[in-house]
Amino acid sequence: MSVEAPAVLPNRRGALGGLSDTFWRRPRLLVLLLLIPAALWLGVVYLGSLLALLLQSFFHIDDFSGLVVHELTLRTYAELFKPQNADIILRTLAMAAAVTVASAVLAFPVAYMAARYLRGAWKVVFYLAVTLPLWSSYLVKVYAWKLILAKEGILTWLFGVLHIGPALDWILNLPVIGGNSLSFSFIGTFLVFLYIWLPYMILPIQAAVERVPVNLIDASADLGASPLKTFRHVILPLALPGIVAGSIFTFSLTLGDYIVPQIVGNGRLFIGQVVYTQQGTAGNIPLAAAFTVVPIVIMGVYLWAARKLGAFDAL
Amino acid sequence: MRSEGQRPGWGLRLAAGFGLAFLIVPILIIFVYAFTTEEKTFQWPPPGFTLKWFGVALGRADIWPALALSLEVAAVSTIVALILGTLCAAAVSGGRFFGREAISLLVILPIALPGIITGIALRSAFSLLDIPFSFWTIVLGHATFCIVVVYNNAVARFRRTSGSLIEASMDLGADKFQTFRHVILPNIGTALLAGGMLAFALSFDEVIVTTFTAGQQQTLPLWMLEELIRPRQRPVTNIVAMIVVLVTFLPILGAYYLTRDGESVSGMGK
Repeated sequence: MSVEAPAVLPNRRGALGGLSDTFWRRPRLLVLLLLIPAALWLGVVYLGSLLALLLQSFFHIDDFSGLVVHELTLRTYAELFKPQNADIILRTLAMAAAVTVASAVLAFPVAYMAARYLRGAWKVVFYLAVTLPLWSSYLVKVYAWKLILAKEGILTWLFGVLHIGPALDWILNLPVIGGNSLSFSFIGTFLVFLYIWLPYMILPIQAAVERVPVNLIDASADLGASPLKTFRHVILPLALPGIVAGSIFTFSLTLGDYIVPQIVGNGRLFIGQVVYTQQGTAGNIPLAAAFTVVPIVIMGVYLWAARKLGAFDAL
Repeated sequence: MRSEGQRPGWGLRLAAGFGLAFLIVPILIIFVYAFTTEEKTFQWPPPGFTLKWFGVALGRADIWPALALSLEVAAVSTIVALILGTLCAAAVSGGRFFGREAISLLVILPIALPGIITGIALRSAFSLLDIPFSFWTIVLGHATFCIVVVYNNAVARFRRTSGSLIEASMDLGADKFQTFRHVILPNIGTALLAGGMLAFALSFDEVIVTTFTAGQQQTLPLWMLEELIRPRQRPVTNIVAMIVVLVTFLPILGAYYLTRDGESVSGMGK
């Protein structure tokens, strides 16, 4: 029996084998090669476009010719502070804030129930009930609400069956948020936003509540705290990062949406719609670009604050 | 232990039940409206039920090319996203390197920022570079935000795939490619399939970015948007809405079943 196995294995045969050996010797080369396609795609196509957009927000439109003047100026940003544009920004912010608060209130019991009590088949039902609306078609969801909110639709019918029709009329007669019918009012816009973004709030809260140790809740009860007090002083602070994480989605998504207020709403504009019309029919790309910078800046500040609150651990 | 036996209070049950109903009922309503006999309004309860709108929808010439375009775009975008997302996930979970955080941020950015920003950014880039709208401009936009879905699924699975399996394969003499083919791929396969299905559903349904990158072409969501703003034949819209729900529903259900047992991946014992 001769022991002549070489101490070093021979090189692999063929081009592929050689390549494999090279990767083994230089692992960084492999990582680099793996990264290049995605980095090129996202870096060039996506970041490149974003930077081009940002650059255009520093151009401005010549008032007489209507052409874009290619020189750097802050003039377009100054336009954002004109009363009609500032109104749009404030309106969008108010809507985003209202949707965020309402979805946190609505999502919390669902998430809490799922995290602490539901087991087995009910947990699956919960999971599907949350993920199906999350993933099903955005437009179909908006359309479903158009059906629900229509004057002859299911909500009016429901108010009639319950003999509280006058309550609906009273709501519709409210200033600002009311309107001709629910589908032409801010309430309608609000309800659709709430519906569409609600799952984005439920999932992070559920993840956060699942991490609250049960014995903390028991301890709080043992020390004589009422359920409400336990909620206020134990559960809520521990679940807060989840709520903040969810609010990132509800807030950001509401800020940028331009389809919901166009289909269900009273015709008053939101940031997204202005961006859409300015770049399209109006042909004022600098102003559209400047308007998109608003949500980017707001979300930047928001994300920075959320990071301070530890929201990223709850994602 | 006491809390284990505790039942949720009625207030909590009621609130949670209301929340779940709020999520589910609107989607079910779509199905009822697909069969209504009412043509002009959204009357509830429906005055009667009929199947005739399915025939009418079949006969409409504008729906089917839009559906075909949507399916093609979704298929190509999914393939691009699968390749780029998996490679990127492999690199990021392969080890620490300079710029790793930046790469993961870059991947997530397209869905963290509102879709309209992605859309208008691409649109202005196309016009700056004089690129005409085509099938590929739609795919370019869709693949950008589909990458993250594949990436997320793949990264989660890579994290759970034990490194010792890969080392064992190499010790036994397999080269990198054999290891990929016989060890890594079987382990991440279902995660990729799930990610691919979700990417498909996402692309099939996308409207916000698509309005900016489609030009004159019409995908199914763009067709629906058109019908929502300027309704022509409401019952046909109802039918299409139901079809869209079903087409997106199946991949999501599939993805759920594929990743549900993800905890029991081989090599987990380590």
